[in-house]
Amino acid sequence: MLSNIGISLVVLVIVLSFLSIYNASLDLKIPNKYIKKSIYKLSLLQTTFTILTFLALIIGFIISDFSLINVYENSHTTKPFFYKIAGTWGNHEGSLLLWVNILVIFSYLFLVFNHTHDKKFRLYTLIFQNILILGFLFFLLLNSNPFNSIYPVPLEGLGLNPILQDPALAIHPPLLYIGFVGCSIYFSAAMASLLSGYVGKSFAQSIKTWVKISWCFQTLGIIVGSIWAYYELGWGGFWFWDPVENASLLPWFAITALMHSLIVLEKRNTLYSWVIILCLSTFILSVTGTFLVRSGILNSVHTFASDPSRGIYILLFLSLMIFSALTIFFLKYKKENYNYNFKSKETVILANNWFMAFFLVTVLIGMLYPIFLDVLTQVKISVGPPFFNIVIIPLVVPFMFLMAIGPKFTWIKSQIKIFNKILFPILGAVVINLFIFYFFGKYSLLSNIIFISAIFLILHSLLDIKKFINKKIKSELPRIISHLGFGLLVFFIGINHQFSLEEDFNLKVGEVKKTNNYKIDFENIEMKESKNYKVLIGNFKLTNLRNNLIQELNPEIRIYSNPETLTYEAAIKTKITSDLYLTMSNVSRSDYYNIKFQKKAFMIWIWISALMIALGGFVQFTLKKNEN
Amino acid sequence: MLTKKVKNRILFLFFIFSLSIVAIFFILKSLNRNILYFSSPTEIKQREDIPFEKAMRIGGMVKKGSITITQKNIQFIVTDFENEILISYSGTVPNLFAEEKGVVAEGKLRDKNFFIADRILAKHDENYMPPEIKEIIEKNVK
Repeated sequence: MLSNIGISLVVLVIVLSFLSIYNASLDLKIPNKYIKKSIYKLSLLQTTFTILTFLALIIGFIISDFSLINVYENSHTTKPFFYKIAGTWGNHEGSLLLWVNILVIFSYLFLVFNHTHDKKFRLYTLIFQNILILGFLFFLLLNSNPFNSIYPVPLEGLGLNPILQDPALAIHPPLLYIGFVGCSIYFSAAMASLLSGYVGKSFAQSIKTWVKISWCFQTLGIIVGSIWAYYELGWGGFWFWDPVENASLLPWFAITALMHSLIVLEKRNTLYSWVIILCLSTFILSVTGTFLVRSGILNSVHTFASDPSRGIYILLFLSLMIFSALTIFFLKYKKENYNYNFKSKETVILANNWFMAFFLVTVLIGMLYPIFLDVLTQVKISVGPPFFNIVIIPLVVPFMFLMAIGPKFTWIKSQIKIFNKILFPILGAVVINLFIFYFFGKYSLLSNIIFISAIFLILHSLLDIKKFINKKIKSELPRIISHLGFGLLVFFIGINHQFSLEEDFNLKVGEVKKTNNYKIDFENIEMKESKNYKVLIGNFKLTNLRNNLIQELNPEIRIYSNPETLTYEAAIKTKITSDLYLTMSNVSRSDYYNIKFQKKAFMIWIWISALMIALGGFVQFTLKKNEN
Repeated sequence: MLTKKVKNRILFLFFIFSLSIVAIFFILKSLNRNILYFSSPTEIKQREDIPFEKAMRIGGMVKKGSITITQKNIQFIVTDFENEILISYSGTVPNLFAEEKGVVAEGKLRDKNFFIADRILAKHDENYMPPEIKEIIEKNVK
């Protein structure tokens, strides 16, 4: 029943998309300023029915309609209500439907909110966006249909992968999808701009807000994913240079570069082609990431749904996208004249773009090299985190100096005295670094340089805040918050790296272990029943031998029955200066429990400063239009 | 012959070009130093030029009844149904680590029969099998 409703709705949306394209191309020929009412209506209908399709699937999950294969494979009657809803996008088919929803919603919003812009440009954007929508709808219908039915109807479902049964499932995927699929709209807009000749400053203004929205959501989505991995996966780290993490970084680098060069296009009406390239590549990289991860080509700890048959379709679609984007770009390419003074904001922003391009290329090479080598020589390799650390971290040093000084440059020709800007903050940074170095611990030369440059950026941003309070130029505020956030992030990651403890050992119940000023007492173990799992709770007494402070830590081992899986829940005690992190796992047929104990210095500050970067973006939307 | 402007531009392009070559060179060089080769126990037995000082990955199935645990570490045997290798590891194992399941260990070889791992990788998904291991099993178990 629900299966038929769902499939009919999908077909209806496909018809509406074709109608939109048809009507829009008819309207293109009419030389007036206003888009026909019927196109708005079609777009609104399309949005409504797409959302209804998604609701239909959610209802399927809520009422546990196991006649849908998708519900049967990913749900269970005893699953808590919350995870029945969130589980809708916890699988490939459901998340693809969410993907289509975001494509459609953005398409409608772009049409409605950009009414001041050129008609042709808006119509072309609508057409391209609908081509994308159709591409994904056909993929959904032919390969990954969430409404496929199964007969005879099973009595019980297989259940949701327990590791996904976490509140973060409700927010992490939607955030990422808004961020990464949101890029589609300025992919379409860039194509439209090339075809309609609506270029330069006004083009920049039309996509500005959308770039910022997707930047904010991408940033936030990546941070939430990192936090989730930190407390769920039990290794205590927050960044792994895992293929999925890398795949999320690629579009982020592109969009960050785009956000900056868009300012140049808007204010100075130059750099148009480069902006177009960035618009196109951001979405292409998003889809590439999805393709690599979903097809199972890249091996990752975060992948949940992989199936090679999906890969071929996405690959075809992707090649078509890249091919048509490149063709249109080169057909319509117009030569631009760049003549920038070395000391100007234009140059500084370009430098930002070079850094972003370098980071992007590095991560891309690290990610794709194993695939090429496997295809060409059958040798199987993986690229370890040291590669990314060695290549990227030293470059972060000059990058942070640029982030501090860059915003002080003015357009065209700057009278800035760089030396004056550098002198006092750098002296301050060196002194603070020496203080940390002598009182808290020794570290390498590179770490010293990183600390100094991070503190330099922080001090500069603090000076900016002081200036801001005096002068109140509101448009500066988002930049200051985000740049300060980045400085703090690097600083606290450095601190965390230098001053954390990690200890692995095996203990039996009742045993005591002394390590690094801590005494860990494994007192006993309790067994409890929860709604859809049994849980083993370990009672650990942790004594800090320096000040005799006693803390209780209770890591858990959860035993889920549908599907039969164990998950380990870390016990985390967060304080302002450090996190205590303890995981316990059981190794088959043994009295020993596998214990990992970590003290992570200033962990919470890493999250706070990362969130500040995203916050800077969100602050922009609270500013009034004329101040922006 | 060339105007100053053109000259400047050529110089600039040349600068960018050489800079990117240097950058790519360094990226590739450190890439070369940090790749981890994946081997099966059989490959380790057969190959002559296995590096002992370089980190690598080993994969296969955990042999039944081979896991032993002490306060310090965990030892187990990884097999590809032709050859075996003993792995020693101190640290927490992932939740899907179990006997007769696929495993990938990252670390260094002590000798051709003994491997010291610093990381054990396993997947979240209980039905999932890393492609490398799948291939090994398909080759050796018929």
